[in-house]
Amino acid sequence: MKEEIPELMDHLFRREAGKMVSYLTKIFGLNNLALAEDVVQDTLCRAMETWKFRGLPDNPSAWLMRVARNRAIDIIRREQRFRTFTPDLTYFVKLQESLLPDGEKLAFENEIKDDQLRMMFACCSPAISADVQVTLILKTLCGFGVEEIASALLVSADTIEKRLSRAKKVFQASGALEEVESIPELQSRLQAIYDSIYLLFNEGYNGSQSEMMVREDLCYEALRLALLLCDHPAGKSPKTYALVALMSFHAARLKGRMDAEGCLILLEAQDRSLWNKELIGRGFQYLDLSAQDGEISEYHIEAGIASIHCMAETYEQTNWREILKLYDLLFKVKPTPIVALNRAIAVGQAFGPEKGLVALNAIEDLEKLKDYPFYPAALGEFHRLVGRDKEAGVFFGKALELARNPSEIKFLERKLKFNLRM
Amino acid sequence: MADFMYLFWNKDGKSKMEKASPEEIQQIMKKWMGWMDALKKSGNLKDGGAPLEMTGQVVHGGKKSVTDGPYAEAKDVVGGYIIVSAKNIQEAVELSKGCPILEGDGMVEVRPVLKM
Repeated sequence: MKEEIPELMDHLFRREAGKMVSYLTKIFGLNNLALAEDVVQDTLCRAMETWKFRGLPDNPSAWLMRVARNRAIDIIRREQRFRTFTPDLTYFVKLQESLLPDGEKLAFENEIKDDQLRMMFACCSPAISADVQVTLILKTLCGFGVEEIASALLVSADTIEKRLSRAKKVFQASGALEEVESIPELQSRLQAIYDSIYLLFNEGYNGSQSEMMVREDLCYEALRLALLLCDHPAGKSPKTYALVALMSFHAARLKGRMDAEGCLILLEAQDRSLWNKELIGRGFQYLDLSAQDGEISEYHIEAGIASIHCMAETYEQTNWREILKLYDLLFKVKPTPIVALNRAIAVGQAFGPEKGLVALNAIEDLEKLKDYPFYPAALGEFHRLVGRDKEAGVFFGKALELARNPSEIKFLERKLKFNLRM
Repeated sequence: MADFMYLFWNKDGKSKMEKASPEEIQQIMKKWMGWMDALKKSGNLKDGGAPLEMTGQVVHGGKKSVTDGPYAEAKDVVGGYIIVSAKNIQEAVELSKGCPILEGDGMVEVRPVLKM
């Protein structure tokens, strides 16, 4: 028994759960996902019971994997006649014989990474709808529980259960967990993965959930999955690097975005010393990597914009003209009203609030922004900057009505109050 | 100082753990390790004990019949034990109150070990 309690890595069980589910699903087949999850649950409970009394093993991850694997072997031996297992027998035979000697550790680590990647591709199958994809990824790859996911996505646990059983029904018809290389239409599947990761990150970054810890976890999970993609020949591409860069820059600012009361802090007011320099560094590293063979995706441009903000030591030093150029480019690639809104804000910052107002009023498809509080908030802000406080107040009021969650409400209330005092 | 055995009883086997998320399981384990560690540091932990499997068999009677156990009457099952040394049963009971099993449905049975 160990003399002192060595620190148990934060979220170790959650992270290992994700790896184990992928590994076991590869062994059992996609149609047996539920079985894989049961084995993982058993393994973690077993670990808890054992480590409670005996203390932490030297290598907790290896312990978990070994126990999960042995249980898998038991199950296959016992149930071969009753269940359809689709792993090829040669793999099964290897399982029985290999003892995971130390020399194979790296090979095994790569195998697990590959399994997680296969799982990511399977989760983003076209037969599964987008909202289900993110839920499925959170459950199987990220190791979150049903209640945790429900709480993070602000839907009921029942909704989550329904989504998961829909996905498992789809998987029932599948066989083996496909190798990434054999997936038909790899590029479109890859795009589905990008969309899911982006959605997941967004939930964490802008999500309605005001519980900060959960939100940050979602962002870091999205980053982890994107990095996993980078490690694989099928996933490695300029676009993947750009996505990592983009998320790194945003995640770097997580600590500066909210105050102690859970209220949003605008970019101009954020304490930049709270920004994570390591993540910013990684952002630039991946931005460089993404600048290959001239392919420019929306992620490239968004990463570029984020990098300019991260480069500015103070808000006043922000290079808005460069940002505007990038928004012009982004709008060509992604002509949505929200991009137009952000572009108009950049116009105002670069050339003055009157020009900003012109740009805001020139946005097409304003209908699509009718529920978005930051459109009237931007109008209010620019009116305020030119001294039209009454108009500003009206717009801030409109914005407050549209607020979607406690942090937005607090933020917009403050804007209104501040404006009324003038 | 005298020895006391803590028997950890799980209600209905382990039904609660089946629904716990990986994060929750880790948190519960951390609590247990913290409690055991405190007992060790204070010099009260006499024997680190052992966890028990939730399966087993029961042999009884002159006919030595064997049934699937470990259920007695109720479905509560002992999941493990440790031995603690304390001044008296009152202290042993006080120390047991820190056990995380009490936050769930479980209970701690505190039994004095017969002095030789």
